[in-house]
Amino acid sequence: MSETKVKKMLFILSKGTLENAYAAFVMANGARMEGIEAELFFTFFGLEAIQKKKLEHLHVATVGNPAMHMPTMLGGLPGVEALATKMMKKEMEKLDMPPVSEFLEILSDSGCKLWGCKLAIDMFHLEREDLIDELDGILTIGDFYNRANEDGTHLLFI
Amino acid sequence: MKKAIANKEIDVNEEGYLLDFSQWNKEVGESLAEENGISMTDKHWEVIAYLQEKHHKEEALSIRGIKKSGVINIKEFYALFPGGPLKKSTLIAGIPKPKSCI
Repeated sequence: MSETKVKKMLFILSKGTLENAYAAFVMANGARMEGIEAELFFTFFGLEAIQKKKLEHLHVATVGNPAMHMPTMLGGLPGVEALATKMMKKEMEKLDMPPVSEFLEILSDSGCKLWGCKLAIDMFHLEREDLIDELDGILTIGDFYNRANEDGTHLLFI
Repeated sequence: MKKAIANKEIDVNEEGYLLDFSQWNKEVGESLAEENGISMTDKHWEVIAYLQEKHHKEEALSIRGIKKSGVINIKEFYALFPGGPLKKSTLIAGIPKPKSCI
């Protein structure tokens, strides 16, 4: 079996769309499953994914996304984004992909650290209780860089 | 390829996973676990039995499935099989490595 040189993955989730959140979650979980350490840092709109009231309402972006193969004007009509999101969630359920809250729980139980970005939390006037219980803490970006404390650490911005 | 495990000639793939489950027994599992630095306890065997049963029913294995299994929770699963729990446990169980990304 070839041994990976990646020892630790640090992800920064900066976007609040469903597809970006899942990209980060699947990669972080995949890392843990391979015996690689993983940590997630939620900043700016990525904070939507760890806000108790918002995390089950993430949407797929239908506007400004050429890969949706949908005219931009159509993507902007009321209800289109919700419909596209519903369809995508249905497909994900078929593959046994957990909903956002359960995925966060799985990640936390798997030893993946979950961090909130201090600056963005202050900017959006969020309190600790607005955020999921599994959150390991609130860090500055400097603190987060210090988490990259071993050889074979990689940072990924999503 | 052939590999000698617990004094038996066993057919394995290039990653060391058994190709034929009928060649598996507890000694083989024990020996594969030892190679991976794991010493088996009753709890380990309980998980192995669960994985084998799932495999024989042709049900896909995933970490979410482990969470719902009622046999073990995810934290314990990672503690029992450090360094890639599903990868290590299926190897010891003599069943194929799961192909899912989740």
